[in-house]
Amino acid sequence: MRITLNVWRQKNARDAGGFEKYDCPNVSEDMSFLEMLDVVNEDLIAKGRDPIAFDHDCREGICGMCGFMISGVAHGPESGTTVCQLHMRKFKDGDELWLEPWRAKGFPIIRDLTVDRSALDRIVASGGFVSVHTGSAIDGNAIPVPKPNADLAMDAAQCIGCGACVAACPNASASLFTSAKISHLALLPQGQPERDRRAINMVERMNAEGFGHCTNIGECEAVCPKEIKIENIARMNRDYLCASFKKRPEVKRVED
Amino acid sequence: MKLDAHIPEGPIEKKWDTHRFKMKLVNPANKRKFTVIVVGTGLAGGAAAATLAELGYNVKAFCFQDSPRRAHSIAAQGGINAAKNYQNDGDSIYRLFYDTVKGGDYRAREANVYRLAQVSVNIIDQCVAQGVPFAREYGGVLANRSFGGAQVSRTFYARGQTGQQLLIGAYQALERQIGLGKVQMYARTEMLDVIVVDGVARGIVTRDLVTGKVEAHMGDAVALGTGGYGNVFFLSTNAKGSNATAVWRAHKHGALFGNPCYTQIHPTCIPVSGDYQSKLTLMSESLRNDGRVWVPKKAGDTRAPGAIPADERDYYLERRYPSFGNLVPRDVASRAAKAVCDEGRGVGPGGLGVYLDFADAIKRLGANTVAERYGNLFQMYERITGEDPYKVPMRIYPAVHYTMGGLWVDYNLMTTVPGLYAIGEANFSDHGANRLGASALMQGLADGYFVLPYTIGDYLATVKPGAVGLDHPEVKAALARVNDRTAKLLAIKGKRTVDSFHRELGKLMWDNCGMGRNKAGLEHNLKRIPELRAEFWQNVSIPGTGEEFNKELEKAGRVADFLELGELMCRDALHREESCGGHFREEYQTPDGEAARNDERFQYAAAWEWKGEGVTPVLHKEALNFEYVHPTQRSYK
Ligand code: FES
Repeated sequence: MRITLNVWRQKNARDAGGFEKYDCPNVSEDMSFLEMLDVVNEDLIAKGRDPIAFDHDCREGICGMCGFMISGVAHGPESGTTVCQLHMRKFKDGDELWLEPWRAKGFPIIRDLTVDRSALDRIVASGGFVSVHTGSAIDGNAIPVPKPNADLAMDAAQCIGCGACVAACPNASASLFTSAKISHLALLPQGQPERDRRAINMVERMNAEGFGHCTNIGECEAVCPKEIKIENIARMNRDYLCASFKKRPEVKRVED
Repeated sequence: MKLDAHIPEGPIEKKWDTHRFKMKLVNPANKRKFTVIVVGTGLAGGAAAATLAELGYNVKAFCFQDSPRRAHSIAAQGGINAAKNYQNDGDSIYRLFYDTVKGGDYRAREANVYRLAQVSVNIIDQCVAQGVPFAREYGGVLANRSFGGAQVSRTFYARGQTGQQLLIGAYQALERQIGLGKVQMYARTEMLDVIVVDGVARGIVTRDLVTGKVEAHMGDAVALGTGGYGNVFFLSTNAKGSNATAVWRAHKHGALFGNPCYTQIHPTCIPVSGDYQSKLTLMSESLRNDGRVWVPKKAGDTRAPGAIPADERDYYLERRYPSFGNLVPRDVASRAAKAVCDEGRGVGPGGLGVYLDFADAIKRLGANTVAERYGNLFQMYERITGEDPYKVPMRIYPAVHYTMGGLWVDYNLMTTVPGLYAIGEANFSDHGANRLGASALMQGLADGYFVLPYTIGDYLATVKPGAVGLDHPEVKAALARVNDRTAKLLAIKGKRTVDSFHRELGKLMWDNCGMGRNKAGLEHNLKRIPELRAEFWQNVSIPGTGEEFNKELEKAGRVADFLELGELMCRDALHREESCGGHFREEYQTPDGEAARNDERFQYAAAWEWKGEGVTPVLHKEALNFEYVHPTQRSYK
C-alpha cells in the first residue's frame, strides 16, 4: 500500500523545525511502523540526506524507548500498543499521516522525533524506590502479600516510562507516570515505611520539572500502551494529601 | 599467557564463603576515595552500580539508552530461577548447580556455577524487599512455575514481564543512589574505548550521543555489564541498540574473549515476514508447556493446518524425545525445528516455520484457562502476524537470542586486564555451551548484587585511588584513537548504508555459524567476512557529522566491531571440532542426530587473544575439571 508521511524535522533544540513530506509507495501490511520508517531512512541515506531520528530499542513494546505522535495520537491509533508494535495493517492504502515528537515543556526536543525524557528519571530518583541496601533483605516469603494487592501493584508497575501520557495530556502533566510508581509501592507492604515522603517528594519533583497538573481529562489513560489506570492518580492525590496533613519534620521537601 | 581462574581451594560448597573471608577489605572511610566505572545499566550493571554506591564507592554509570531503565534485560519474559525449594519438590542449591552444569553441556566452570546457585536465593529476597511485584498465591506467598524443561518448580515470575520488573527494581535502587549523589549517571553515552595504563584498566573514553562530545572518564576499576553480541546476526531477539562495542574494544586491549561461538538459538520466535524485517520477537518458552509442536509428515504439504488430519502430522519432539516431549532444552528444540525445515516440511512463507498448536490445550483446559496463562502472548502474536492463535496454530521458528560466550573472566569476574571486570551476559562464565531458561536474569543479578561488589573490593584494596589523571599520555592517546576512528568513518562517504552491511554479515553468520555449522561454511565465512569488512571501510555511507545526534554514526561504529567479532566467532566454531550445547557441528553428531561432544579434546574454555588487525588470534585454553557433576551425554529421550 501507499502511505504519505509528514514528518517533523528539527536538527536540534535551537532549530525552528517544520514538516517534510515523504511518499512511501511500497508499504507491506506486515511491517511495523518503525520498519516502514527504516525503509524511508535507507532511502534518505542513499540520497545523501539525513535520516529521520527517532528513538527505539527493544521493538517489543517493553523498553519504553519509542514513541511519537501519529496524526495527533500518542503511539498511533491502536490502543494498548507502542509505536514499535503498531503494524501497517492498521492503516489503509492512501493514508496521509502526521508524525510529531512528544510536545511538553518537561521534554525538550533533541532532534526530529526524539525528545529528552530525563525528567522522568529525576522523578523516580526523588523517591520512587524502597530504601533497602543489597544484602539486608529478609526471606522473600516472610513478607506475605495478598494476591489481589500483588496483582494491582503489578498493574501499576507495568509502566514503561515512555512519556505518552505526558504528550497526550493538554496540561502536559506527568501524573499518570508518577502515580503509577507511587501506587505500585503504596500497594505493597514493602512500600509502607516511606509511603508519605515518597508521595510528597515525587509529586513536588514532578511539579518542579515543569509538568502541569492533572485536571481529570483522561487522555493519558486512553493512550497508555500498558493501559495504566487513571485510578492511580486518585491514589496518588490521596497519598499526597494525607502525607501533607500529617507531615512530620523529617519529611523533607524537595526545595529545602 | 597463563590463564588462572583463581578458583578457591576446598569443597565446592565452601569455596565462596572461604574466599569471601580471605578477601581484603577496603576501610569504610576510604571507600569514597575510589571511583568505579560501570558501563551498561541492565540487571548486572544496574545492580552493581547501585550496590557499589551503597557500599560507599563513587560510581560513574553509563548507558547508551536515554534512561538506565531501558536496558535489554527488560525484555526477558519468563522468569528467574532460585533454589528456594518453596514448593517442597526436592529442589536444592546442589540440584540447581547440577542442572546448570548439565544443561550447559559440561562446558562451564563448576565453581562459578555453584556460587550462582548459592546466591540465587538471596536475589529473590533482595528483589522482594525492593518491591518487585512477583506473582503470589492466595496465601500471600510467592508463586513458582516450572520452566524450560526443569523438573522442579523453581522459577519466580512477574506475569510475562519478569525481566522488566527485576530491572525496574535495580533501576530504582540505582536512581536512589543517583538522588543521593553517589552515582553519576551518563545516559545517551556510549563507551568507545578502555584506557589501559601499564597493563591496568584506568578509565574509559565515551561519546555523548546527543552532542558528539568525546571524553575520558577515569576510575580505579571498570566493570562492563554491556550484554551479549547476538546482534552480530542482524536479526535476533536483542534490542536494536544491543552491541558488542564495549567488550570488543576491551578485547583489543588484552581482555581474552571466551567461547565466542556459543550462541543460543531460541526455539520459539515469530518467523521472518519480509526483507524489511528489523528484529525478531520471542514468544516465551512457557508456551511449550501446553502447546504441541508439529509439521506435516509430507514434504511440501501446503494445506491449511486445520485440513491436515492427525495421522498426517508429525509431532516430532514428542516422537523423538518421548520423556521430555515439547519441553526439551532450547538447543535441542531449535535443531529439531531446523531439521524438519531442511527436509522441506517447514510451514508458512518460505517454509521456515513449524506449528505450535494449542488446539488440544484448549480442548483439555478450556479457552479461558489458556487465555489466563498465555493471553498476553497470544495478543502479541496476533498484533505482529495478524493471525489468531486461538483459531490457527502459531507459527514459530528459532532465532538468535543469547550469547553464552563473552569476555573471559576468572572466579572474581575479572578479565585478563587487571582492574577490568565483565558481568552478566558480557562475560562467558556460567552457562557453558547452553543456557537454561530463566537463568540469565539470575546470573545478571548474581554478578551485580552479590559477586562483583565483593570481589572488586579485594582488588581496590590493593590499588592507590586516583593513581592516573586525565593528563596521562595514555589518556590522550585513547582520545585520539576514538576521534580518529570517528573521522575515518565519516570520511568514507561511500554508497552502501550501514544496515546493508549489517544484514549481509548477519546472513553469513546465520547461514554458516548459526544452528548448524560445518567446516566448509565456516571457512567460507572466514574468507568472506574480511572482504565484507574491507568493503565496509571503503564504501559505507554515513550522513551528517560527529558533532551531532547521529544514529547512523553510532550504528556504523557498532557494525565495524561486529564485522571483526563475527570472524572470531567463526574461527572459534571451526576450531571446536565437536558439538556441544548451542554449538552444533554437523560433522560431529551421533547416529540419531544428537550433539556429539568430544571431552577428550575439547573439555576446555577457549579464550582468544587479539593480536592485531589482520593477524590470526591466539587460542588459550582453560581446562575444565568436573569433580562433582560427571560428564555424560545429555539425554532427553
Ligand atoms: S522500542 Fe521498546 S517499547 Fe518500542
